Amino acid sequence: MTSPADVANPLLFFFMVITLFPLGLGPDPARLATLAPGVLWVVALLASLMVSAKLFASDFEDGSLEQLALAPYPLAVTALAEVSAHWLATGFLLALVSPIFGVMLGLPEEGLLTLLVSLLLGTVCLTLIGALGSALTVNIRRGGLLLSLLIIPLNVPVLIFGTTAVREAVLGGNPESWLALLGGLALGSVVVVPLAIGAALRVSLDS
Amino acid sequence: MLLEATQVAIERGDRRLLSGVDLSVTAGEIWQLVGANGVGKTSLLRGLAGVARLGVTGEIRHATAVLYMGHASALKLGLSAVDNLRWHPAGDVTTSAGQICEALSAVNLAGYEYRPVGALSAGQQRRVALARLLLSDAPLWLLDEPFTALDVAGCEWLEACVRGHVNGGGATVFTSHQPSRFGALQQDLDLGQYAV
Repeated sequence: MTSPADVANPLLFFFMVITLFPLGLGPDPARLATLAPGVLWVVALLASLMVSAKLFASDFEDGSLEQLALAPYPLAVTALAEVSAHWLATGFLLALVSPIFGVMLGLPEEGLLTLLVSLLLGTVCLTLIGALGSALTVNIRRGGLLLSLLIIPLNVPVLIFGTTAVREAVLGGNPESWLALLGGLALGSVVVVPLAIGAALRVSLDS
Repeated sequence: MLLEATQVAIERGDRRLLSGVDLSVTAGEIWQLVGANGVGKTSLLRGLAGVARLGVTGEIRHATAVLYMGHASALKLGLSAVDNLRWHPAGDVTTSAGQICEALSAVNLAGYEYRPVGALSAGQQRRVALARLLLSDAPLWLLDEPFTALDVAGCEWLEACVRGHVNGGGATVFTSHQPSRFGALQQDLDLGQYAV
């Protein structure tokens, strides 16, 4: 995660897909507004999946992963550090700019803050799950399809909580409980998933 | 005793490669792992270093820190040589830019310190990786095919470097297909006899 292209890619992807939607669906603001929470979240999920799925690939290929495995601290700690850095450069930025894209799709004002918060929490889960998939498939050539099959089901609850929170906010309902669920998922993932990533990296290094 | 391995068996996938390997390495020794392609030299070295753990049975004990260098150089191509050498698990001490530049000029790369490693040739990249030997204080070196991609002068430099390390109380285990680089100083461990 050193080249500017790695940081710009998911944002560019987000931007391009969001601009395509009004062209495909027609410019009716009312219809766009009802679809906006789902569209924004699905595109954010795909953007996050796209980059986090390759998180450990270059480390594996150039041998850095072998050296990380020899470092005097557990692989889970190393993995958490790497995923955090990755999230700051992708998921965090994605969440920060999401209100702009929300406005582009005509998402009502009341939903913008909830969109930002839900994506902040949600991308933590998405990045960790993507990293786990990456750790599991890093030594499999062309593991892309397997990876998608593995991690898309795990992303579904995050997607449901996220879109529901935004929709509730737009309809004047109660988004806080959904955000709380997302927060719970995020905290739980931060504790549990790095351990799984560490174990998965061990298995990948072994064969 | 820097490394003590008793009755080590190595499995790769569902295939057992080696069994019953005994090796003990003390200060001042150079060991070369020899054997045909595919016999398990790299797998054994990875097991001895502690990179691979799941397929390794038997007892492996290190008295001290280990520097392991695999086939891949563990260099980030977008970063400069100096940035690449700033961190390494075997050199827990933080190295200053001055020390790194000194090591780089020792491997004949003065003037390339701040170029991206991706812009260097394969042999030069190998030299950057080998500069780690100078920056580490680990007494035990485990080197997988260290002579690959090096020119004659590079091989001679590496030989001198290993000799110096061993004379200073270190030890080295390496794999290579070139026989007896270190003459009487080295001992061979033929893995053919442990192959399953």
